Amino acid sequence: MKHEETKGRRISLEEVNRIAELARLSPSEDEREQLAAKMSSVIDFVEQLNELDTTSIEPLHHVLDLHSVLRDDVVRPSLPVSEVMKNAPQKKGDYFIVPRVIKGAET
Amino acid sequence: MSDYAVTIGLEVHAQLLTNTKMFCGCKASYGAAHNSLTCPVCMGLPGALPMPNRRAIEMAVKVGLATGSTITRATKFDRKNYFYPDLPKGYQISQFDKPICAGGSMEIRGLFGVKRVGITRIHLEEDAGKSQHGDDDGTLIDLNRCGVPLIEIVSEPDMSSPEEAYAYLMEIRRLVRWLEVCDGNLEEGSLRCDANISVAPEGERGVPVEIKNLNSFHGVEKAIRYEIERQSEVVRNGGKISRMTLLWDSDKGETRVMRTKEAAHDYRYFPEPDLVELSISDQMMAEAHEASPEYPWVRRERYVGIGVKPDDADVLTAEKEFGEYFEEVFAGCNNEAPRAVRWVIGEALRWRKELGGGERFVVSAYATAEVAGLEASGKISGLAAKTVYEEMARTGRSDPAMIVKEKGLEQVSDTGALEAVITKIIEDNPKEVERYRGGDMKLKGFFVGQVMKAMGGKADPKATGEILGRLLG
Amino acid sequence: MSERAQIDNFTELGLVERREALAVGKFDLVKEVRRLSAKIEAKSVLNAFLETTDELAVECTSKLAHSEEAFPLRGVVLAVKDNIALKDHQLTCASKILDGYKSLFTSTALQRLSDAGVVIIGKTNLDEFAMGSSTEHSAFGPSLNPFDNSRVPGGSSGGSAAAVAAGLATASLGSETGGSVRQPAAFCGLVGIKPTYGRISRYGLVAFGSSLDQIGVMARTTYECAKVFETMAGHDPLDNTSSPVPVPDCAGNLDRPLKGLRVGLPREYREGTIQPEVANSVERAAKVLKEMGATITECSLPHTKYAIPVYYILAPAEASSNLARYDGVRYGLRRGTPPPTPPASGGEVAPPLPPIEDIIRASRQAGFGAEVKRRIMLGTYVLSSGYYDAYYLKAQKVRRLIRQDFLNVFDDFDLLLTPTTPTTAFKFGEKTADPIAMYLSDIFTAPANLAGVPAISVPFGFDDKGLPIGIQLMAADFREDLLFQVAHQLEGVAQ
Repeated sequence: MKHEETKGRRISLEEVNRIAELARLSPSEDEREQLAAKMSSVIDFVEQLNELDTTSIEPLHHVLDLHSVLRDDVVRPSLPVSEVMKNAPQKKGDYFIVPRVIKGAET
Repeated sequence: MSDYAVTIGLEVHAQLLTNTKMFCGCKASYGAAHNSLTCPVCMGLPGALPMPNRRAIEMAVKVGLATGSTITRATKFDRKNYFYPDLPKGYQISQFDKPICAGGSMEIRGLFGVKRVGITRIHLEEDAGKSQHGDDDGTLIDLNRCGVPLIEIVSEPDMSSPEEAYAYLMEIRRLVRWLEVCDGNLEEGSLRCDANISVAPEGERGVPVEIKNLNSFHGVEKAIRYEIERQSEVVRNGGKISRMTLLWDSDKGETRVMRTKEAAHDYRYFPEPDLVELSISDQMMAEAHEASPEYPWVRRERYVGIGVKPDDADVLTAEKEFGEYFEEVFAGCNNEAPRAVRWVIGEALRWRKELGGGERFVVSAYATAEVAGLEASGKISGLAAKTVYEEMARTGRSDPAMIVKEKGLEQVSDTGALEAVITKIIEDNPKEVERYRGGDMKLKGFFVGQVMKAMGGKADPKATGEILGRLLG
Repeated sequence: MSERAQIDNFTELGLVERREALAVGKFDLVKEVRRLSAKIEAKSVLNAFLETTDELAVECTSKLAHSEEAFPLRGVVLAVKDNIALKDHQLTCASKILDGYKSLFTSTALQRLSDAGVVIIGKTNLDEFAMGSSTEHSAFGPSLNPFDNSRVPGGSSGGSAAAVAAGLATASLGSETGGSVRQPAAFCGLVGIKPTYGRISRYGLVAFGSSLDQIGVMARTTYECAKVFETMAGHDPLDNTSSPVPVPDCAGNLDRPLKGLRVGLPREYREGTIQPEVANSVERAAKVLKEMGATITECSLPHTKYAIPVYYILAPAEASSNLARYDGVRYGLRRGTPPPTPPASGGEVAPPLPPIEDIIRASRQAGFGAEVKRRIMLGTYVLSSGYYDAYYLKAQKVRRLIRQDFLNVFDDFDLLLTPTTPTTAFKFGEKTADPIAMYLSDIFTAPANLAGVPAISVPFGFDDKGLPIGIQLMAADFREDLLFQVAHQLEGVAQ
């Protein structure tokens, strides 16, 4: 699908790029095209919710009528380190190791 | 220091002194072997779910009450989504639009006077793990700290100088220690501080710049001062301040850019579906009120009211245990404030610093009170009392009366013995007596000195003075 | 070609008869489990299983054989969807991103079953991370419907359904977010229950749409389904969203008369394109219930049509966050790093590594399938700055309206009767081109997930191709006991 054809579509390629970055995905160019198309059709589809006037409706975060479920501050055994490291893709001693990160450079 | 309007706000994170982490039963402790205090929940393993720690919530409420905040009775948790290797779930469970406390304030005082700094909000969240840069180009991740409960205290941008910021931070530190919710150690990271500073010409709105990596109290003051100057310079030269995040380099004494992205983080906050809403019950509120200690500023006023000088009252309310100590000594001194203050500040606290590592009293309040009492009753002189105290501080003994006996430090107050000595001194010094009787009042000191000399310093000064006065005329 | 006809005697028996047969020694459980393992191997074309837990199965059976304890579920041979944690076993979620991962704990629900004497025979196939309605989105290939191998078994719990339908297990666990137990149950001729939200602990169920997810049960009979359900159900201190409401006796009152039962037929579930035989099954079921003394009346759940758009905002949104933990750092697939060069000294040497961001992106890009990526993208979008109010918040508000519809209706009705799906099992490839077409197959099931109410699919007839038809019953919160009763009695009626 050519770029010109995507103009006026609800989800542009720029949007796809922004979202892919937030989601830490790196789709190929083809994939980005497809994502723009498929996401657009889903977003078009969900627009029908605007048929409903919900100005006075509270959002429903939990269906259960439960609240304030808390735990006492009592220590429980942690996992043995050998178990913790069992699935590590790479490790150094009892540490997980990843390539050097700039301190605090999360985005 | 700046010709412009300076606005400073501080965000402080405090690690709570709970037994367990915020959402799981792993021990919240420091210094354990790497990755030995973790479980499926704080590791973010597939299928694991969080369970909130009641005590962490109680602690947050306590801080809220102490700062005069409104407690949000219907509160909840939200997810803050971002990627980082020491954030196992790829999101942090925090609080977004309904923080547990809001709208409080703290009073600060310093050379700038007295000021009230607003506290916008206090909320609960979980800590991330620790990243450590290895030597071979890799980062090592330890999840022990991951999930430890934190409260984030966000101030209003009410401060306008580095001194005010320093004072505010010290107040926060004092309060969290006082409430026993955090040990307030900025160097070790149980307290963390980020600053937002903006400098703008009068009448204009400033652009806040964030500074991170402030890991000492004086570093906070220095960094803010540096940044104010830097921004002032930019503004003076007609430049524009851009929104960014800076790191404070304490070695070089300067700030440097960490990230310049104009766009704010898109954390995609949404209500945490794994945690039902939290209603702070009447019972929890009542218990929190019940458990509230006398706040430091209330105690300070009370001390001033019983005769303690304001500066001394500040010292006595720097830590909660100082006051408890002081009051025991005060009672032991027959409620004589100046004496009690002298013994606590002049002696007890001094030795606490010198021999107790600044962390514990080396002489008990009871023993201090006893020494103060011996001094007050005239049984020993002030100098002798200090000697006794030093002995106790260095040896750990707590029997001052015994020490007095051993060292023969009893003061002589027996008027008969004193009179005899004084009479002899008057006889031996006729010239001085004549000059004194002739109007040279200063000579009284000479006579007192002679008495002390004759009695090896053990004469009770009060009795001596009285008898001298009587016999000299 | 159908595997249906080859069900062996052991699994064909109802649970009660199976237990009796075991008790008198007519069957040897260890032998039967071994035979089932061999059968799974023989029928591997169905691709129902991703892992057969031979050793575990044998271990379970010997525990049962050598213990004096009365195990209430001895005789149940269970297949478990591979998104439900079993300690020291794989938990692939049918995804490459969890390649090599072994769970460090067992889910609460499964532990309760294990403690009750269930034999776990294997982990079953699903749509990747439970996102799908056909198992066509599994990274390990789809499962086949035992009734017709050219058709889907349904999804996302398709492997679990195929396993029981082909006689490879007597019951199976699946998971529900939008219909993923009921729909495959319907496609494969099984009873399949979605509990009330909060009824069964989610601790150990890999999260997809946290406010919707529930573990569900499939079996050939209502009785076995009910027994497994009630053993798992009940409050779990490890799950903050688990309900403390006590679990009633679900299997002991199945024959209680249904006289006076108020059954509603929601008109919104009779609209749109419904396969005629499916609609007929519902009519027939209504007639049967009427004959049993129930009243049948039309009713309305006015916001039904908005369930799918609400679902396709909320579920992907929650999923986009739930799947953020798969980043190649602490477990699972890691890409973007060259393989370690063998160290000269024998110690651990870290090779030169690319930046962490590359590893995260490369691992996720390589590890997730297309449907999962689509949903993560969609979910990220609807939560992102500037869109939250218009989409996520809006969907949450409409969700309240949907739930309110059910609460209103249950004032006047005890039970709702609807089709489970608009059609019987569709062919492979039929719905993969247009995601919305696939999504719409959840139209009758998704509302119950959004509202949190319990719902069950009951096999009730076949279409002219011999494909099973499922009808759906829904009840008020925590009334699974009623669902089982009615399901059991409908089951008894000749098809």
